[in-house]
Amino acid sequence: MSQRSFTLPIIAVLALTVSACATKKKDLPPAPPTQAAVTQPAVTPPTGNEGVPPAAAVGSTNIPGSAADFAAQSGADHVLFQYDSYELDEEARTILGKQSVWLARYPSIKITVEGHADERGTREYNLALGDRRATAAKNFLAAQGVDTSRMTTISYGKERPAVEGSDEAAWAQNRRAVTVVASN
Amino acid sequence: MVVTPTKAGARLPAYPAKVPVAPKRPLPTLRIRCYTLLMRIIVPVLAVAFAIPAAAAPIRVDINSGIAQPLPIAVPAFATAAPVATEAGTTAEIGGRVAQVIANDLKSSGLFRPLDPAAYTTTVGMPDVTRPQFANWRTIAAQALVTGTVSVNPDGGITVGCYAYDVFSAEELARQGFVTTAAGWRRAAHKCADLVYSRLTGETGYFDSRIVYVSETGSRVKRIKRLAVMDQDGAGHRFLTSGQNLVLTPRFAPNQQTITYMSFEGNRPRVWLYTLGSGRQQAIGDFPNMSFAPRFSPDGSNLIFSMAVGGNSDIYRMDIASHKLTRLTTQPGIDTGPSYSPDGSRIVFESDRGGSQQLYVMGADGSGQTRISFGEGRAATPVWSPRGDLIAFTRIGGGRFSIGVMRPDGGGERLLTNAYQDEGPTWSPNGRVILFFRSARGGPVNLFSVDLSGQNERKVPTPLDGSDPAWSPLLP
Repeated sequence: MSQRSFTLPIIAVLALTVSACATKKKDLPPAPPTQAAVTQPAVTPPTGNEGVPPAAAVGSTNIPGSAADFAAQSGADHVLFQYDSYELDEEARTILGKQSVWLARYPSIKITVEGHADERGTREYNLALGDRRATAAKNFLAAQGVDTSRMTTISYGKERPAVEGSDEAAWAQNRRAVTVVASN
Repeated sequence: MVVTPTKAGARLPAYPAKVPVAPKRPLPTLRIRCYTLLMRIIVPVLAVAFAIPAAAAPIRVDINSGIAQPLPIAVPAFATAAPVATEAGTTAEIGGRVAQVIANDLKSSGLFRPLDPAAYTTTVGMPDVTRPQFANWRTIAAQALVTGTVSVNPDGGITVGCYAYDVFSAEELARQGFVTTAAGWRRAAHKCADLVYSRLTGETGYFDSRIVYVSETGSRVKRIKRLAVMDQDGAGHRFLTSGQNLVLTPRFAPNQQTITYMSFEGNRPRVWLYTLGSGRQQAIGDFPNMSFAPRFSPDGSNLIFSMAVGGNSDIYRMDIASHKLTRLTTQPGIDTGPSYSPDGSRIVFESDRGGSQQLYVMGADGSGQTRISFGEGRAATPVWSPRGDLIAFTRIGGGRFSIGVMRPDGGGERLLTNAYQDEGPTWSPNGRVILFFRSARGGPVNLFSVDLSGQNERKVPTPLDGSDPAWSPLLP
C-alpha cells in the first residue's frame, strides 16, 4: 500500500476532529468578565546557551461564571439538612446567601435546585421530602432577590445519594439541596 | 434460565388468556388461549360451573395456623400416551416440567411439602392418572397426590389434565383440563397448582400471576433502574425499559395489560403508563410539577397519585379517559402512597400532617379523612388487601423498617418482618402472601415474600437487585 493512501484518511480524521471541537464551543461557559483575576503563567525568557528552558508553570483557576466558580465563591453548591427536616440552618442560609450574590453577578445564568434525601425513608415519602428541601432552598434564594423565572426544582428522593455508605456520616451528606448551574 | 434483556418498548409475547368452554367428558376443560395483539376481552365469557365431585374432603390445609406441618404431597411427572413433538419439546418432556412447576408453586406457599421424586415407588402411566395406585403413595407417606396428562390437540396446542387425590381415603378431590399453546404450558401448570391449592385450603390460588418490579444495578450514586416483569415464580423474566431513565413504583392495572409507574424521562418526574402488548410508553399529563406514587382504581378508570406543588404534596385523582383532575387532599404536608379499597369506595394513604408519617383513610372523593395508625414510630406505604380485610404497610421505628398489617379501622396491628429496611408491600391476588423489598445495610436490595402468619419468609430470585414489586391480579 502506498503512503499516499494513508494521507486522505488522516486528513479526514483531522477535519472531523476540528469540526467536533468547533461544535463543542457553544457548550463552554460564558466568557470571563474583564475584572476577573486570571492566573498568568510565569514565563522566563531564555537568557543564553543554557539549553532548553524548563517548562513553564501552568496553574489552574476556576473560570468565572462556571459551576466550579459558583461552588468556590459560595462555599458550596449544596446545603445540608437534618433527618426528615427541610429547615435551613445558619450554615445553609450563609451558603445560599453567597449563592444569591453570585447569581446576581451572572443574571443570565439559570439554575436547577435538586432536593435529595438519605436512604432511611420510604421511597415516595422521600420524593416529597426532596421536593420540600429543593423548594426551601429555592424560596430562600428568591427572598435574596434571585428571580424565580431563573430557578427550577427537581426532587430525586433517595435515588441519587452524593456518597455511598449506610452510616450517619453518609446519610448527613446525602440529605441535601444542590444548586446546579444549568445554562446561560 | 437465560434472561435476555429487551430494548425499551420491546413487545412482550402475546398474553395467554382464559376462555372457558363447555367441559369435555370426563375432564372439565379451561382453554388458555393467546391474545393476538392488544389485550381486549373479545370473546364473551361462557360461564361454566364445573361440578367437582362432592366428596367430603378428609384432608385440608389450615392456612391460618402457619406452616407448622406442611402437607406431604406427591407430584409425579404428568403422563402422555406417546411422546409427541411440540414447539416446546415432547409431550413427555412437558409432562415432567409441568410437575416440577406445580411442585415448586405448592412448596413456595409453605403449606405443602412436595416429596422427592427419587423416593417414589411407582411411575404413573396413563391408566394411573385417573386410577392411582394409592397403596404405593401411602408407603412414602404422601397425603395428597397430583397426577395429570399432556396431550397434543389437532391445532398443535396442548391439553393439560390435572387431577388431585386424597391418598389415604383414595378419593378424587378435583379435576380440570387446561387447553393452551405448547409454549403456554407453564400457565397450565400454574392453573393446576392453583386448583390444588384452592381445593385443599379453601382459598383462591395465586400462582397464575405476574410481578412487575424495578430491576436495579450499578453503584448507589448512579443506580440504573429498569422496569421488569416476570411470572410469580420468576420465570419468563423480561426487562420493559432500557435503564436510560430512572423509573420507580410500577403498579398493574386491573386488566394486567397496563402498568402505571413514575419516570424521570427528560428530567421531568411524572406518572407514565406502559402498555404491555405494544410496549407503548406515555406520560399521563403535562403537569408542571412532580407527579408520583400512581395507582389504578379497582375498575381501572382512574389513577390516583401525588403531585408536589411548592413543597406540598397532595393526592389527586385523574379520570384516564377525560384527563379530568380532582384534588382529594388539601392539607399542608406530605400526602402520598394512596391505595384504593377493593370496592373502590375508600382510599388509604400516608400523611405527615400530624407531625410524622401515619396512615389515614378517606372516602374515594376525599371526604372524612381519618387517621388509623397510632402505634410507635411511623407508618407508611399502605396497600389495601384485595380481600378488603387488611392493610399492609411499612412500620418505621427503633431504627428498623418492618412490614406489618392492620385492619382498615387501625386495629389488630401485627408486624410480619423485622429487618434493617423492609419496604413497599404488595399483596398476592388472594390476599394471603405479601411481597416487599429488603435493603441490607450497605448491601443488596432484593424482593422477598412472607405469608400472613409472618412465616415462610422467602427471597424471590431476580437476575439483578430488585425493588418496588407489584403483584398482578390472578390472570384470566
